[in-house]
Amino acid sequence: MNENDFAISCRGLTRRFGPVTAVSNLDLDVPRGRIFGFLGPNGSGKSTTMRLLCGLLVPSAGRATVLGCRVPEEAEKLRLQMGYMTQKFSLYEDLTVLENLRFVARVFDLGLRRMRQRIEVNSALYELNDLHSRLAGTLSGGQKQRLALAAVTLHEPRLLLLDEPTSAVDPQSRRDFWDRLFELADQGTTILVSTHFMDEAERCHRLTFLDRGVIVREGPPQELMDRLEAITVEVATRMPRRTRALLAPNDWVLAVTQLGNRLRFMLDPDTESPVERIDALLRKASLQGAVQRTGATLEDVFVAATNFQRPSR
Amino acid sequence: MGLWRAFVFSLSWIPPLLALVRFWFRRTSAIVDKEIRQLFRERLTLGMIVGLPLIQIILFGYAINTDVRHMAAGLVDHADTSMSRQLAGALEASQVLDFVSRSGDVTELLDQMRRGDLRTVLYIPADFERRLSDGDRPLAQLMVDAGDPTIISAIERLVQFLPSPRAVAGQPDMPLALRFYYNPERRSAVQIVPALVGLILNFTMIVFTAVAVVRERERGNLEFLITTPVRNYELMLGKIAPYILIGLIQVSIVYFAGTWLFRVPTLGSLLDLYLASLVFVAATLGIGLSISTFAKSQFQAIQGAIFFMLPMLLLSGFMFPFDGMPRVAQWVGLLFPITHFVEVVRGIILRGATLADLAPQMYAISGLFLVSIAIPVLRFTKRLD
Repeated sequence: MNENDFAISCRGLTRRFGPVTAVSNLDLDVPRGRIFGFLGPNGSGKSTTMRLLCGLLVPSAGRATVLGCRVPEEAEKLRLQMGYMTQKFSLYEDLTVLENLRFVARVFDLGLRRMRQRIEVNSALYELNDLHSRLAGTLSGGQKQRLALAAVTLHEPRLLLLDEPTSAVDPQSRRDFWDRLFELADQGTTILVSTHFMDEAERCHRLTFLDRGVIVREGPPQELMDRLEAITVEVATRMPRRTRALLAPNDWVLAVTQLGNRLRFMLDPDTESPVERIDALLRKASLQGAVQRTGATLEDVFVAATNFQRPSR
Repeated sequence: MGLWRAFVFSLSWIPPLLALVRFWFRRTSAIVDKEIRQLFRERLTLGMIVGLPLIQIILFGYAINTDVRHMAAGLVDHADTSMSRQLAGALEASQVLDFVSRSGDVTELLDQMRRGDLRTVLYIPADFERRLSDGDRPLAQLMVDAGDPTIISAIERLVQFLPSPRAVAGQPDMPLALRFYYNPERRSAVQIVPALVGLILNFTMIVFTAVAVVRERERGNLEFLITTPVRNYELMLGKIAPYILIGLIQVSIVYFAGTWLFRVPTLGSLLDLYLASLVFVAATLGIGLSISTFAKSQFQAIQGAIFFMLPMLLLSGFMFPFDGMPRVAQWVGLLFPITHFVEVVRGIILRGATLADLAPQMYAISGLFLVSIAIPVLRFTKRLD
């Protein structure tokens, strides 16, 4: 594939802040018309990467091409084709919903007719008609989010960068939000979205896991789960703390997560008959528990990707 | 011995008392501790705590000097005798005024005074020698621009201590007659109201725009705004344009209220006043925007505005005579649009000067506007680093 077949393509993209390397040697190809997820813990370089791709930050090394434009040199050419939604609500809280939309339309130079038409379309799509005269600062988290998405898509960008768009939104609004993203993707918009919600990550066409500025996993969500280099086992027990203390020190146990009265273990893939092995250990310590193998989740992939490489677990 | 023991006993109360105070104020001390830590984190604030008083004491210590020196003066000497030259020489020897312009024509020099090039004109009549021997009449006339209170006081002191070239028995001789122009009653309202137009504008305009950019940064609007196609100069011009209108409204309020309440007559044209105000307001808005691009928070922006406000107030020639300041202080003063604008407003309102008469000041304000708007346009990049 040619570089231009990708909406975003970068090679060796690096950004340092003083002694800290926020993004290190990033190679990335984002295909057009897809929802591309950025997953990673706080400080893993998700926001920095997005800002580099917008041309808001100058890379320390490497190069990036966005919609055929080199950033940051040709960033201004990109503005009309791209929308960037910041992590924090960045519209004007002391303007009404309609005033905000009009302002954005005029800054993007839509012209009077297109402005009217686009505001009408997006207000209907994002259910903003009843909110037009409300001050943006008085909206709820979900409403602000709808306004932000309506504003950032007014100029019909071909590429959307969304930086943790659902961090202040309730689950129902989050689902609605994702339905809208799929609609946009169906219309051909490329969407790069960062998140740390696993259910959201699962809905992306393709995922990139970032950890401390480095890509640690990449691929479609299902493939990532299938490729998980660990056995996952769940133990239901009435004494999760003691069970955990018993099993965690074994070197074939890679990670443990407690979910109420259940414990979720990730085990070394070479472990032989893991269920029987755990059962035997539990019996020896006279602890009761039901052991069961389960399928991998994205959270497991996340834990495996971000935790296993660390020198101290 | 008993006294000593009583003293030691009383000392023993101190540690438990201290402990008690610390106990009472234990939460207060946590806040004190936090405040001090935060203060030291904010380097600019810390710089202001140390730097501001230091700069100000140095600057103002030199600047605040009510002894006016080297005031620009004109000389008309119709007598042109050795005695008349001696009189002019004695005035110049005081160093209060320099005769920078000489002419045979009084009206020509008065015209220069109207334009603001001269502060005072000495007129020595042709019959100077006869007046010397005649004890009653003054020898010469000193025409003074009474629009600036500092000039009047300097001139009065000069005339009072000028040794008289003629010997008059008994009473002290006043060799010079003073004639006040543009404010013959020497009312202070007349002197102050025009300058106030500039000072009030200066204050509000700078504070308005100092927070303009940094407010967007603080509220997170900027990160969105810089990903839109809006250009630097579009953003900056858009930010100052509404305030230009607000500035002109303020000019009207201060001007009309001031002149009406304090009965200040206006000799010049109102159109000139508004045109000059327009340029001045734009320049001060540029200064505010410049501050805004340097500040990291609205709080810092206000601190910055105050930082500039004081030297503007003191070095503009409004509070202390510009002619009395040392060179360096004058140069600093000339960098502020307000210094020139006070001259312009006084010229238009009190002396009936036109913008053409005040061209040097207008050029200075315009130049400062260009600089002050160039700083934010060049400094502001659509980047976050």
